[in-house]
Amino acid sequence: MSGYRLLAEAHGRLRTRVGAAFPGTRAVFRGQDLHAELGDLDYLDLYHYGITGRRLSAAQLRLLHAIWVNTSYPDARLWNNRVAALAASARSPVSLGMTAAMAVSDAMVYGGQPGLWAMAFFKRMLAAVDAGASLADCVLAEARDHTVYGYGRPINSTDERIPWVMAKARQLGLDQGRHILIAFEIERILLTYRPQLKMNYAALHAAFAADMGLSVPEYHVLRMPVFMAGIVPCYVEASEAVEGTLLPLKCDDICYEGREKRTWVAE
Amino acid sequence: MSAAPRKEVVHTRIWQEEAEPDNPFATRVARCHGYDVYGDMLGKAGWIEMLYLLFRGERPSAQQAALLEALAVALANPGPRDPMVHAAMCGGVAGSTAAASLMAALAVGAGQNGGAREVWLAMQAWESCGTDLALWHGYLSRPPQPGVDIWPEMAHPAGFAPHGVQATLPVRQLLAHLARHAPELAWLQQQRIALEADAGLPMGMLLPVAATLHVLGFTAEQGEMLVLLLRLPGAAVHALEQWRYGFKRFPFFPVELTDDPAGKVSA
Repeated sequence: MSGYRLLAEAHGRLRTRVGAAFPGTRAVFRGQDLHAELGDLDYLDLYHYGITGRRLSAAQLRLLHAIWVNTSYPDARLWNNRVAALAASARSPVSLGMTAAMAVSDAMVYGGQPGLWAMAFFKRMLAAVDAGASLADCVLAEARDHTVYGYGRPINSTDERIPWVMAKARQLGLDQGRHILIAFEIERILLTYRPQLKMNYAALHAAFAADMGLSVPEYHVLRMPVFMAGIVPCYVEASEAVEGTLLPLKCDDICYEGREKRTWVAE
Repeated sequence: MSAAPRKEVVHTRIWQEEAEPDNPFATRVARCHGYDVYGDMLGKAGWIEMLYLLFRGERPSAQQAALLEALAVALANPGPRDPMVHAAMCGGVAGSTAAASLMAALAVGAGQNGGAREVWLAMQAWESCGTDLALWHGYLSRPPQPGVDIWPEMAHPAGFAPHGVQATLPVRQLLAHLARHAPELAWLQQQRIALEADAGLPMGMLLPVAATLHVLGFTAEQGEMLVLLLRLPGAAVHALEQWRYGFKRFPFFPVELTDDPAGKVSA
């Protein structure tokens, strides 16, 4: 039995190395004075620093901005965006709508999870290649066994965001990282297996994040607010419309496929 | 000639609605798995029966309803020391919205350490091992670990208390009560010491909870949802109570900053 020794040691105070607020005087952020040393930082720079304790180069930061800007789609039909818009239409506060929408974005079909799996996949493939394996053999073996995340996309397999971000990456000299190169090499291999398995944005984002030195858990934290700029216009527009008018459903829009009518007999 | 636009409908086996004759957006009759909720169930069916009907599609037997009712009582309030309730109180104490306090509770109460995900994992263990002690021995000596996922690696066997010394009195009282309801639950009570020896940890509240939900026929996914729901009442009332006490009487804790540029150890 391990017992409660660890709880007793942690009891009664917050022991931390990431920072603290000293009201009326100063604040410390990962070992630096927030106001004196970090006060002029770009917000995304600070956000990344808070996660990793490392700083991105100016070029990496610009690329990260480009990745996030180019996936900010204010379309209230998208499931995560729709959550925020429905909250606005129901006249719920923005904090609830936005945080719920971001929580919903940690999904399996899109958003959080495919990106993590794609990054882990790239790291696994690079390790295999470094150990002397054939990339094609490894990729096709994975594709035969299970879904390869980061490739393929519902509705239209061509991801319109990728050329824009790759152009920015070339401009910034960041298009030759090991992870982004292997991501495209994997696409070439997968397309010989299934033509619809084009690289999607989750793979692109994960590959660049890996080239920026992020681990899989760090990337999971980093990407959390990635859709925020696209979600918030959906909230704003729905909040300005007449309440309750966002995507209303009629009673006969419910396609019931369950049990026939029956009576509840009191016991 | 273009095709007619697809009619967007919600498919469901749970809920059926008939519209008021003068308004297609207003419900005249609502049926849950075939039962007329307002015209028939109201006044006859209890909350626990409704809950069971919603999840399982059939009304519970009297024994099943009694078992779920007991579980709901046991889960209703984890108490203010519980991290889930603590999170809700952080919302309540500062006047956050009611939903924000409950969302805080859900976020924390969803976890793998004492939360609904631990119930999901424990229910999967029940599905695999049942009342076979040898299978439990194998499972507890090598608990399965997921691959890369949004959920972190499990740091203790699901259903056992990582910082416990022995199964607490409420756990033993819950086990004793549940054991009267089903042979599987009696087995769990009888084998508690053997299972604790294999786990190297005392049994926690959530293994009996998981076993009960399994006995009641819920899937692990349904069990996870139910536990999130059933523990909200305590979070709600403690959040409301802290607002009345005020933030000056809510713990804030001293900080021990280990990476302070000013060289201070504590504040």
